[in-house]
Amino acid sequence: MAPTTEAGGPIASSSAPASASGEGDALTTLSDHVPPPGAWKRFGRTLRRERKAMFGAIVLGLLVFAAVFAPWLTPHDPNAMDFMFMEPPSLTHPLGTDDLGRDLLTRLLYGTRISLFVGISTVAIGLVIGVLLGLLAGYHGRWIDTIIMRYVDLQWAFPNFIIAVYLVAVFGTGLVNVIIAISLAYIDDFARVARSMVLTIKEEQYVAAARVLGASDTRIMWRHILPNTTAPIIVQATVSVSYAILAEAGLSFLGLGVESDTPTWGLILSDSRSFISRAWWLGIFPGLFIVMTVLSINFLGDALRDTLDVREVDGAS
Amino acid sequence: MTSYILRRVLGAFVVMWAVATLVFFMLRAVPGDPIAAMLFDAGDAAAVEAMKARFGFDQSIFVQYFKWLWLTLQGDFGNSIYGSRVEVSRIIAEALPRTLSLALLAFVIAMVIAVPAGLISAVHRNSALDNGVTLFAFLGLAMPDFWLGIMLIIVFAANLQWLPAIGYEPLSAGFWPWFSHLIMPAIAIGTPFAAIIARMIRSSMLEVMRTEYITVARSKGLKNRTILLRHALPNALIPVVTVMGIAVALLMSGAVVVENVFAIKGLGRVLIGGILNRDYPVVQGAILAVSAIFVFANLAVDLLYGVIDPRIRYD
Amino acid sequence: MLLDIENLSVAFDTADGVVQAVDDVSYSVGAGETVAVVGESGSGKSVGALALMGLLASPPARVTGRILFEGTNLAGLDDEALRQVRGRRIGMVFQEPMTSLNPLLTVGRQLTEGMRLHLGLGRREARDKAVELLTLVGIPEPASRLKQYPHQFSGGMRQRVMIAIALACDPALILADEPTTALDVTIQAQILQLMKDLTTRLGVALILITHDLGIVARYATRVNVMYAGRIVESASTRELYARPRHPYTLGLLASVPRLDAPSQGARRGARAQPLQGSGRGGTGKGGRLVPIEGQPPDLARLPPGCAYRARCPYAVDECASVRPPLVSVGHAHLSACLRADELPAPGAPPADDLHRRASS
Repeated sequence: MAPTTEAGGPIASSSAPASASGEGDALTTLSDHVPPPGAWKRFGRTLRRERKAMFGAIVLGLLVFAAVFAPWLTPHDPNAMDFMFMEPPSLTHPLGTDDLGRDLLTRLLYGTRISLFVGISTVAIGLVIGVLLGLLAGYHGRWIDTIIMRYVDLQWAFPNFIIAVYLVAVFGTGLVNVIIAISLAYIDDFARVARSMVLTIKEEQYVAAARVLGASDTRIMWRHILPNTTAPIIVQATVSVSYAILAEAGLSFLGLGVESDTPTWGLILSDSRSFISRAWWLGIFPGLFIVMTVLSINFLGDALRDTLDVREVDGAS
Repeated sequence: MTSYILRRVLGAFVVMWAVATLVFFMLRAVPGDPIAAMLFDAGDAAAVEAMKARFGFDQSIFVQYFKWLWLTLQGDFGNSIYGSRVEVSRIIAEALPRTLSLALLAFVIAMVIAVPAGLISAVHRNSALDNGVTLFAFLGLAMPDFWLGIMLIIVFAANLQWLPAIGYEPLSAGFWPWFSHLIMPAIAIGTPFAAIIARMIRSSMLEVMRTEYITVARSKGLKNRTILLRHALPNALIPVVTVMGIAVALLMSGAVVVENVFAIKGLGRVLIGGILNRDYPVVQGAILAVSAIFVFANLAVDLLYGVIDPRIRYD
Repeated sequence: MLLDIENLSVAFDTADGVVQAVDDVSYSVGAGETVAVVGESGSGKSVGALALMGLLASPPARVTGRILFEGTNLAGLDDEALRQVRGRRIGMVFQEPMTSLNPLLTVGRQLTEGMRLHLGLGRREARDKAVELLTLVGIPEPASRLKQYPHQFSGGMRQRVMIAIALACDPALILADEPTTALDVTIQAQILQLMKDLTTRLGVALILITHDLGIVARYATRVNVMYAGRIVESASTRELYARPRHPYTLGLLASVPRLDAPSQGARRGARAQPLQGSGRGGTGKGGRLVPIEGQPPDLARLPPGCAYRARCPYAVDECASVRPPLVSVGHAHLSACLRADELPAPGAPPADDLHRRASS
């Protein structure tokens, strides 16, 4: 039962700085706020213990597998139209067919690719920009901080989905535009997370030590601060990915998503809208895919958050 | 306290101004001729001239901006490009109460479900009840709202025929017509909102229950119900109020899509329609209206803080 | 006796094993008496107090033993019955005034709710009584203060309010868990004096839990010294200071600065240092404080035998295998040390043949 401190004052933890990477740089130290090495092992244990996390990991694994190997997993072509319109699930078409005779399962599998791709790429972009801004703001302070945080506050107060809708409408649909539009939504969250971590870590002694030894600002930011901010950023990333998937589905549903020959889950739902009352499988299965994906990402994210012991930033879930 | 209110109100107006400015420049950033964007028939010379004069297209961008700002403040958003060239302000005025009704109903339903759920979850931590609530919360967050809406339509409208599938009736037509048309979309957009609130209440309550003043309350021999409802819950609600402000975004963006599904001519439908038709005056007006709802909802949340937390009141 | 604690034990089941936070503790408190429980952090003193009030969460905690209060065994009562006792017959004052009060409720409300519940007072009566209480604890302008919120009070004031709350229902006993630790040095004395005055005046018994031996001297009549969850010495205050009979107590006394001792380089008026054993000033010649070497033991992995052995300068081989029982070594004076009779008086240099340092 190690004593924990609320005010962050060092009692037991920051006694001897342990090297995070083990390489030559003796100043790469661990912060109090960073999970100790071995956290990944603990995460593995948590995964096995918590059913939700296990479920999430399995489902996500399956989905990634499906995304990568889609063409080999199904004999049908996603756009191949058949005369078997609106067939309920059967042996040849396990999830049924849509109004143009296309196999639903195939389309959903191919849709996995897009959704996952959109999810990851949008988060990646938003993360890079957001974290960069947050680092700059937190580290340099003063007017850079003010400007960046004003922008972040402004964006934070906004329904990002609506901005995405507007952007896609103005600049046109298509995969690239959708990705750009959605990725803008994350900048504020990542910037906030990064900035608050920077502010906390900046005060740690090893940063002062590095500065005294003459390390340049960039080096400090890169070598010392950034590695220690990974935990909350990772957690934020999982939240953002699930949002991305839902946002992409929403945009596609509205007709503002990607082009219609690439089947995304939202598009499938949108196409089938008028038939859903007669062909229940066209409504349920795409939705289930979305739900399962987002659910498993959320489970994993939760498990990650618990293991890495990250405090929620600003109370947002 | 008054300074707090003033600052918040001022902040709200500043944000609105920023949004409006953003909208203005975004419109100008659209590739193509802005006049053509705002006028269906760019060949009509007289109309083009009139438009130029009104919006100052032949003058510098700054003049345009201020003219536009002035017009906007007066509520003149121009006219819709299509159809009978209805004034955008009229379109907005018709659509606004619908979206507001929807959002409010969703909010109320969500709170009525989420607060007790979160409370029970926290009090009976790790029990079957808690796990059930948590599972529902996760599911609620994982479902796209429009999908939930579609499912609800299938079950309640198509199959059971208890509720009308689409459309909107104002309150003036009676409570049940109004309610029956709005209940399904309200549930659709309220569910993710409720999920967030329930989880937030749960974690907030768990934290509050660990505080010193709760131990003190127990040491006073107070009844459990008193401690829970009088001591713990009000404190637990404070971070929840913060989240509520953010979650209003969920309601609004949900409304945008769900109105589509349920054919409710609210702001969402107007916005999407405008976008798809490239009807920029309408788009402008709709975005401004949505932002306004959003900003002022957040303002209300901020002011709510002042009411709940005496530390803010007596600074 | 107002309160008889018999063989109280509190164990926690943790991931690291069973932690015996309180181990077979017994002591008594008479009506109107002030008893001190002294120990460093981790000695089990606070846990014991919480267990007394039934405030420990029962699944992780396992409480055994008897707690006879006004004739009833509190340990056997269910939560509903305990509720009647809490606040009504036993009041509690906690350590942290900054977090002990609910920030969203007025001070008046927090004062009166207990009264209205337990004593059935009406709104007006409760308010009048609250005003009286605030006056009693020395808060000026009590009537207007009632309507204020905790953040409008200073730390010292808040602690006074806490005392008022504890006294609200005219209890027979007050548990004060480190009531002044979080306060300014200058305020500490005031608060303690206040508590002493009130309890004497109102005939309320007081259990004063602290790590600070300096406090104990002035305010308590009996002292129980705890270490690693066990009571190691129990005596009247005078006896304890005059003739301590446990190495731990000796160690504590040696590390407490005393103004009457000759000292070089000691700070004037330095307050008693926490018992981890670093300090200034001193009782010995040459003015050096003698700290207690070592660290408190890990309660999940207590060694057999005497828990203090590792840090004890007088330890012998027997101490490792036999857990010293708490036996009488004088008039109403108990000690849990095998060599209690051989220990030197405080201040006297330890005789070399008695003194055997445990090698680090």
